[in-house]
Amino acid sequence: MGLILLVVIWLITFISTYFFIAKTWWLPVGASASTAGIDHHFTTTFILMGIVFVAAQVALGYLVWNYRDRGSSSSKVAYSHGNTTLEVVWTLLTTVLFVGLNLATYNLWAAERFDPAGANAVRVEVTGMQFAWYFRYPGPDGKFGATNPELEDASAGGEAALGLDPKDPASKDDVVTGTMVVPVNREIEVILRAHDVIHSFFIPQMRFKQDAVPGLAIHMHFTAIQTGEFEILCAELCGLGHYKMHGMLKVVSPDEYDKWLAAREAEKQ
Amino acid sequence: MATHDFAAQESHAHAAPQGFIRKWVFSLDHKVIGLQYYFLALAAVFVGMFLSLLMRIHLIWPTATLPLLGDIKPETYLTLVTMHGTIMVFFVLTTAPQGGFGNYFLPIQIGAPDMAFPVLNMLSFWTTFLGFVVMIAAFFVAGGAPLHGWTGYAPLSALQSAGPGEGLGADLWIISIAIFCIGALMGALNFITTTLDMRAKGMTMMRMPLTVWAWFVTAILGLLAFGVLLSAGILLLMDRNLGTSFFVPLVTINGQLTGHKGGSPLLWQHLFWFFGHPEVYIAILPAMGMCSQLLSVFSRKPIFGYKAMVYAILAIGFLGFMVWGHHMFMSGMSPYTAFAFSIMTMGIGVPSAIKTFNWLGTLWGGRIRFSSPMLFAIGFVSLFVSGGISGPFLAQPVLDIQLHDTAFVPAHFHLIMGVASIFGIFAATYYWFPKMFGRMMNETLARWHFFISLIGTYAVFMPMHYAGMAGQPRRYSQFTEVHYLADLIPLNKFITFAAFVTIAGQLIFVVNLFWSMFKGPKASDNPWEATTLEWTTATPPPHDNFGGHTPVVHNGPYEYNVPGAPRDYVMQNDPELKAAH
Repeated sequence: MGLILLVVIWLITFISTYFFIAKTWWLPVGASASTAGIDHHFTTTFILMGIVFVAAQVALGYLVWNYRDRGSSSSKVAYSHGNTTLEVVWTLLTTVLFVGLNLATYNLWAAERFDPAGANAVRVEVTGMQFAWYFRYPGPDGKFGATNPELEDASAGGEAALGLDPKDPASKDDVVTGTMVVPVNREIEVILRAHDVIHSFFIPQMRFKQDAVPGLAIHMHFTAIQTGEFEILCAELCGLGHYKMHGMLKVVSPDEYDKWLAAREAEKQ
Repeated sequence: MATHDFAAQESHAHAAPQGFIRKWVFSLDHKVIGLQYYFLALAAVFVGMFLSLLMRIHLIWPTATLPLLGDIKPETYLTLVTMHGTIMVFFVLTTAPQGGFGNYFLPIQIGAPDMAFPVLNMLSFWTTFLGFVVMIAAFFVAGGAPLHGWTGYAPLSALQSAGPGEGLGADLWIISIAIFCIGALMGALNFITTTLDMRAKGMTMMRMPLTVWAWFVTAILGLLAFGVLLSAGILLLMDRNLGTSFFVPLVTINGQLTGHKGGSPLLWQHLFWFFGHPEVYIAILPAMGMCSQLLSVFSRKPIFGYKAMVYAILAIGFLGFMVWGHHMFMSGMSPYTAFAFSIMTMGIGVPSAIKTFNWLGTLWGGRIRFSSPMLFAIGFVSLFVSGGISGPFLAQPVLDIQLHDTAFVPAHFHLIMGVASIFGIFAATYYWFPKMFGRMMNETLARWHFFISLIGTYAVFMPMHYAGMAGQPRRYSQFTEVHYLADLIPLNKFITFAAFVTIAGQLIFVVNLFWSMFKGPKASDNPWEATTLEWTTATPPPHDNFGGHTPVVHNGPYEYNVPGAPRDYVMQNDPELKAAH
């Protein structure tokens, strides 16, 4: 039985580890400025935890096999209540490993969340509602106009779904779209809102995820460093259509972006 | 406080009941109540497992029509998610290890004739039972059971118009949890009082088996956590039905104003996770205690580092209340707070690592007997390591950005608080079955059950890590709307097939359980040659546990292969060991 256990535990360990190391399934290829740092730290954590995982499982398999009851040929059982020195060393080692690993991420986390977006950032307001994402650009005046919940018409979509208030002059030039278009290599400030329940704005390739919470306007920022189309998902359970609350992010060259925005703004005139 | 004379215990003694109702239904006997909790959890685990089976079928065949049940709609899938999680967490993982085994064996292991408050004990079971009935009733009301997930995030859970099932079904869900909390609070008080006041002479705190330590600390966690959840549940009910706005700001559903304003959705999350994270330890601590106990018994060796184990249990209990924010890194909570919670969370990994180290140290140099309880204890260590190792990924906010709300999270918590805890329950069942029913379980069936469960659960949950890293979100009823998820469908098929096999393997357990109850070979009083007090009494134990006398304890709980002792174990009530170290 000891040998069967050893084989089963080792096989489970090696097969599981193989698919991690072979990267058969792995993080999607990233396309944002924060990707490199996050993925590097992911790999570091993966290697360290992988070593602990394999070492512990291999030891477990070995110990149950080696110290199986062999009847009269078993060696004498060690009568021991433990070893305080070993406990202290082990405790210190794991403390240093776990807390050190975490402190190493301070700068990454701070860059993402402690510091606000730069003045040059493109500002996009993202609003989640059951079950769609809407994107609003402030227009030439650089100001988001007022919205009024009483004016919301979800079935109409677009501006009407957001409840844009026509009485506010700042709202006249606001551009509302169903696809998020941003320029490459320029910081994007995202202002996250939700109308009804909590949603979560998740763009896997941008290493970006943040809940959109009703009653809050959450400011976040990221920089796309590759052009292309990227899927946007809702990551927080929001109701029966959660699985289809899907959007697209188009990252384009600065020229294309300017042209696209100018065309949208012209439609508003 | 350390030890007591018998007067305190005698005042709690009550005569053996006559008649079926007083003996088996409204019983005051902690052993019967323990069995009642156990069988309630057994019923609940099959309901919960059946729901997960439907989920796995729907995920890979979203358009399939099932016999009797018909189509599974997206909202039905979310109902399954919600009820699976709720039933498993409350009525299985909280009920069986603590309510079941804790009730049955805590008094016996400390040498007490019963719990401190037998009537309260009976009430706490029947309250829990009522909670379960109300929970199941949610399936059958208009609109069906709620779809807001077991975490019940507001405003989704607070607004009747937010989706199907958010009407009466959601009210019943909250009421059921509130009832459960009341039962759990009564149980917690009883466990704490019993442990502190009812120990036999000589049973000092540092001679208590680690199972008792685990149940004791779990009870303290329950006392502090369930009260908060109860309050939060009442506030949520008021938001839903009385027009208050604790958790709901000004929101519209489908463009319609709801009449609420000024509430905070994050407040619900803070209150919920202030309960929810300690709840994880409520589920796993008893299993840790079980595992420690069994590794020592079946390695025929003292537990490695008894004191370190006790301190680790206490540290986990204490730190368990300071880490709830790690569920909320992406919630909009202050990023500074997130970083603080993150450090505390990484810190709680330390006592967990100590325990793992000590389990391996216990095996080292032992003479291991591979009886069925030991197999599940070894499986527990393996699962605990595997489930624990993904913790530091999720505990670091920068990595949680990508992994939060993906399949990586259910992979993590199923391994550690789900399967590992359930392995603890299985280990306890195989270990204590002879004492509870006077018969032995079938070892061959137990081995089949063990290997199918171990390999099966790894086959189910290891691939979920891969899917999560690749970006598969949780709680998606189908993978048809997101293009890149098409690539993950083969992986999900594998998971579903592995789940079929694993679930089928559990039938072996049920057959073994009920067959052995009536047909198993008779058990002796101490079939495992273990040292703790439950093995000193008759099988099954008499109504007052020790047949009119109270044991006097002279030794620690894990004295195996003591040099100079006449046999390879020294019972706790044997004459005192000389110079044990």
